[in-house]
Amino acid sequence: MSVGTAEEIKFSDELLAFIEEWKSKPGNLIMILHKVQGEFGYIPRQAALKVSEMIGVPLAKIYGVITFYHFFKTEKPGKYIIQVCLGTACYLRGGADIMQELETILGTGVGHVTDDGFFSLEAVRCIGCCGLAPVMMIGKEVFGKLTKEKIPEIIADFKARG
Amino acid sequence: MVKKNYILVCGGSACEASKSDAIYESLKKALYERGLADDVQVVKTGCFGFCEKGPIVKVLPEEAFYVEVKPEDAEEIVQETIIKGRLVERLQYKDKNAKSTGDKFDVEKIGFYQKQLRIVLRNCGFIDPENIDEYIARHGYQALEKALTEIGRDGVIEELKTSGLRGRGGAGFPTWIKWNTTKGVEAPQKYVVCNADEGDPGAYMDRSTLEGDPHSVLEAMTIAGYTIGATKGIIYIRAEYPLAIRRLEVAMKQSREYGLLGENILGTDFSFDIEIRLGAGAFVCGEETALLRSIEGNRGMPTPKPPFPAVEGLWHCPTLINNVETYANIPVIIMKGGAWFKTIGTEKSPGTKVFALTGKINNSGLVEVPMGTTLREIVYEIGGGIRNGKAFKAVQTGGPSGGVITSENLDTGIDFDALAKIGSMMGSGGMIVMSEEDCIVDVVKFYMEFCVDESCGKCSPCRIGTRKLLNYLTKISKGNGTMEDLKKMEEIGYAMRKGAPCGLGQTAANPVLSTRRDFKDEYIQHVVDKKCIAGKCTSLVRFEIDPAKCIGCTLCARRCPAGAVSGEKKQAHKIDQAKCVKCGECFRGCKFGAISKF
Repeated sequence: MSVGTAEEIKFSDELLAFIEEWKSKPGNLIMILHKVQGEFGYIPRQAALKVSEMIGVPLAKIYGVITFYHFFKTEKPGKYIIQVCLGTACYLRGGADIMQELETILGTGVGHVTDDGFFSLEAVRCIGCCGLAPVMMIGKEVFGKLTKEKIPEIIADFKARG
Repeated sequence: MVKKNYILVCGGSACEASKSDAIYESLKKALYERGLADDVQVVKTGCFGFCEKGPIVKVLPEEAFYVEVKPEDAEEIVQETIIKGRLVERLQYKDKNAKSTGDKFDVEKIGFYQKQLRIVLRNCGFIDPENIDEYIARHGYQALEKALTEIGRDGVIEELKTSGLRGRGGAGFPTWIKWNTTKGVEAPQKYVVCNADEGDPGAYMDRSTLEGDPHSVLEAMTIAGYTIGATKGIIYIRAEYPLAIRRLEVAMKQSREYGLLGENILGTDFSFDIEIRLGAGAFVCGEETALLRSIEGNRGMPTPKPPFPAVEGLWHCPTLINNVETYANIPVIIMKGGAWFKTIGTEKSPGTKVFALTGKINNSGLVEVPMGTTLREIVYEIGGGIRNGKAFKAVQTGGPSGGVITSENLDTGIDFDALAKIGSMMGSGGMIVMSEEDCIVDVVKFYMEFCVDESCGKCSPCRIGTRKLLNYLTKISKGNGTMEDLKKMEEIGYAMRKGAPCGLGQTAANPVLSTRRDFKDEYIQHVVDKKCIAGKCTSLVRFEIDPAKCIGCTLCARRCPAGAVSGEKKQAHKIDQAKCVKCGECFRGCKFGAISKF
C-alpha cells in the first residue's frame, strides 16, 4: 500500500459538500465512504487520510470499517468490473464454471485486476436475478442464462469497446 | 382521459437486466407513431414474480401475458393486440392449466399463479412504483389515516396482536410484542428501523417488494413511528440494490410532497421522517444488533442481548426493527383487520410467506403462498417440477443458517414451527431446489465457505468452528475423509450451536447438522466408498470410455484440455487417468454415450 498524504488527493465539490452535510450526523462514516468509493472506484489511502482529517475519525477506525465490509475496495479496480454471481441459485446452475472460464480467459484470479488494467474479476453473492441464473454483471450490464461458451464473445465485445 | 388499454411492463431487477427498459421505450414509440399514445398507457411495474420467463409484458383488458419479450416485439404487440385485439401467439405464455383458446386468457389459472395468494406483493406488477397516485388508488395510505384518526396507538397494537403476525426476517418472533415493548419504554428519542439488508444468497424477496411497492414499507414504518412514539425512521439497505434505493428515494420525496411524511402528517401533530442508510455487504448485518452497529458507522459486529434493541438500540435509544416483508404486511392488516389476517395461513403462523424459488426448478421466481402450503405444491404445481426431468433431491430453506428438507417431508405444510420441526427453518425466504445432479457435500461446503467469509471474527466458536467445518468438508470432498471426521464435525456443530453468542454463529452449522441426519448415506459414500454419485466432487469422479460404444470420432480427444484422451481415428479411445483433470468436457461432448462417469 502506498503511503501518501491527504494533500495529494482532490475531492470534487460534490463530494466535499456531501461530507460537509454529513459531518455532524452520527454514524456518517459508512455513508461517506460509499460516496468516496463512488468517486474514485475504490478508497485510495490518501482519500482515507483526508476523510479522517475532515471528520475527525482516526485512520485506524476508518480502515477497521473499510476492511470489515466486502463492498469497500482499497485497490484500484479495472476499467470494467466483472462480477460473477456465486449466490446459491447461480452456484447450482453452474456459476463456478463461469468463474473458472473467466479466470482462464482473463488469466487472472478472483479479486484481481488483469495486467492491462482492463478487467477486474469479483465474486458476488446474489445480485437478485436468480431466475436468470447463472448470472454475471459487467459494469451495469447484466448477462443471464450464461454458458461457458458465451463468455469469450462477451469478453471480446468489451475489449473491442476499448 | 380514460385509457382504452394498459400495457404493463415488468420493471423488476431481473427483467430490467433483460432489457425491459428498452421494451418500455419501444412500446411507447410504437404507440406514438400510430397516434395511440393518449389511448394506451404503458406502465413500468414491479416484479411479476415469474422471473424464469422474463421479461414479461401484460396487456389489459385483453389479459395477454407475453413472456421472454424482446424490444423488437413491441411493434407486433401494438399492431396485433392493441389495434386488432388479437393475441400474439408466439409470445403468449402457454400453460396446460390455462385456457388459451378464444381471445381471453386467464392469468390466474397459470400453474405458477394458481396456488399463490398475494398480500405482501399485492401491488407488485400492478402499479407504477414511482407514482404515489397509483399506490393511493389501491387503498394506499388509508391504513395510516385509520391508525392516526380512528383506532389510535392501542388500536394498532390490538390489531397486530389479533392478527398473530410473526416477524418475516427469520426467527418468527411475534411482531406485536416487539411493537408493544418499544412503545412501553419511556424515552425522549426512539427509532423505527427497516432491515433491508437481504444478504442471504439466493433470496430477493425484499428487493422485489421495495422495487415494486416502496410505499407499502414507508406507510408501515410511519404507522410504526406513530404507534411506538418515534419521529425518525431508518431504512438499512444493501448498496448492491441501486434500483430499490432509487425507487425508495422517489417514493419518499413524493410522500413528503403529499404530507404523508415529514411534519404534521395528515394534518395531525404527528411528525415522522425516514432516511436511507447503506449497508456495505456484510451478511452478519442482518443480525439486528450488528445492523445497528453498522448504522452507527462501525464494524457490523453483534453485541450481546439483552439489552434488546426494543429497550436499548440505536445510539442507546429504544429501537423497533422489522424486516421489509413484515412491514409490507402491516397496512393490509390495519385496513382489513387482524381477524381477517388470522384466517389466512396456519393457526400458529397466520398470513402468507414470500419465497424466492430458485435452483433446479422449471419456474424460478418469486412466489407468495399462504402458510401451510406444502412443499410439493410449491415445487411441482407452482415451480413446475424439476428441470430437465431429473429427480427431486432436496429443498434448502433458510439460507446458510437453514437446513435441507428431503422428499419424505414434501407433504409437510410449511410454517415457522413445521420447518423447525423437520430440522430446517423459515429464514428470510430463500427456497433452493436441488436435483439428483447436486451433491449434498458440495452444497454444504458452498454454504460453509460463505459462513467462513461472513463470520465477523469476534467470537471463537463461530470464527474457528466454521473454518474447521470447512476443512473437514474439503477433506471429504477430496476423498480423504474418515468416519472420525464425520463425528468431529457433529461435535463442532453442536458446540457452535451452544457456544456462539449471535444468530449467525449459532446457526452456521445447521446445514452440516441437518444433512448429517438426512443424508447420512451420501456422506458415508464419500468417506468409505470414495464416491460422489452426483459427480460434483471432481476428485472422486472417474471418466471412462466404453470401447464397445466408441466409434473413434476423435471429438473427445479434441475437446480434452489436458491431452488425456488418446486413440486412432475410427478406433476406440482411452483416457489416461493420471493426466485427466476431470473437467468432464469429453463426457459432455460425446454424441454416442460412450463415456461414463463413475
